[in-house]
Amino acid sequence: MKVRVHNNWPPGHIRTPAYLRGKAGEVERDIGLFNNPEQNAYRLPPQKSHLVRIRFTMSEVWGDAAETPDDVIEAEIYAHWLEPA
Amino acid sequence: MPHDNHDTLSTSGHPYRKDDDTALSYWQVMEIAVRELLIEKGHITAVQVHDQINTMDARSPAHGAKVVAHAWCNPEFKLALLADAAQASRDMGFDIGPMHLIAVENTASVHNVVVCTLCSCYPRNLLGLPPDWYKSRAYRSRTVIEPRKVLSEFGVDIAQDVQVRVHDSTADMRYIVLPAQPARTRGLLENELAQWVTRDSMIGVGLPQAPN
Repeated sequence: MKVRVHNNWPPGHIRTPAYLRGKAGEVERDIGLFNNPEQNAYRLPPQKSHLVRIRFTMSEVWGDAAETPDDVIEAEIYAHWLEPA
Repeated sequence: MPHDNHDTLSTSGHPYRKDDDTALSYWQVMEIAVRELLIEKGHITAVQVHDQINTMDARSPAHGAKVVAHAWCNPEFKLALLADAAQASRDMGFDIGPMHLIAVENTASVHNVVVCTLCSCYPRNLLGLPPDWYKSRAYRSRTVIEPRKVLSEFGVDIAQDVQVRVHDSTADMRYIVLPAQPARTRGLLENELAQWVTRDSMIGVGLPQAPN
C-alpha cells in the first residue's frame, strides 16, 4: 500500500522527520497502537495512533541527488501523519 | 617524545584531563534536585538509583552477540527473532525492560544500517550505551543521505547489486541488525560464534570479525 506523509509543519514535539514530510512510500508493516508523542510529551492524555513502518526509496527522498536511487530508508510514522498516495 | 612536555602530558604520555571545575548546568542541577527530593520523600533510595546505573552499565554488546550467534545456530529461533526480537531476547534470559525491538537481517541482497536522525535512539537495554559517534550530528544526518559513503568510511563497501536499507529509529522501535554469518565460521560452536559478532555489526556499520 502506497502512502504519503503530510507536508505539515506544526510546532511541538514531532517525531516525523522533516526530510520525510511530503514524501511517498510503501507500508512495510503496521507495528500497532502507541501513544501519540505530540500529546504525551506535554503530559496531555495521549490518544493511541497506529505506528507504521514506511519504506521510502532514496530517489523519492533526495530526487536526482540520491546516492543510489534504489536504496531505501525505513522509518516509523504515526498513522495520523499519513494519507493514501 | 612523550615526556618532553610536562605541562600538558602526564608521565605516562597521556594528555592531562582538565579538572571538572565548571559550574553545573541547568539540567545537572535539575537532576540532582529531583533525585534528592525523590529520596527525601521516600519514593526511591540512593541504592536503587545506583543499582539502576549498574544494571545499565552491565549491559553490553556481548548480550546482542549471544542473541545473534543463537540465531545463526538455530533456524527456529531466527524466525522468532525476526518476528519479535524483544520477546526472543527475553526468552534467552535478557532483561530488556519494556523495549520494543526489531531485528533486520543482512542477506546476499540486502545490507541494513541503523541510525536515529531525531536524537540518539539505540537498543541500550540489550547492547548498553551507544558509541559516541552514533550520537554525532554527522552520523545522524549523513547516514540517511549517503549511507554507502558513510559505510565505506567504516571500512564496509557494499556492492552495487546489494540494496542498502537505512532504518531511522524515529519513534517507539529500536533496531538490531542480524549480520550474515561469515562462511568461514561454519561448524564453530555457538559461544565461539558470539566472539565474531561486533557491536558495529549489530548497528550495520561493520561486519562480523574474527576475534583477536
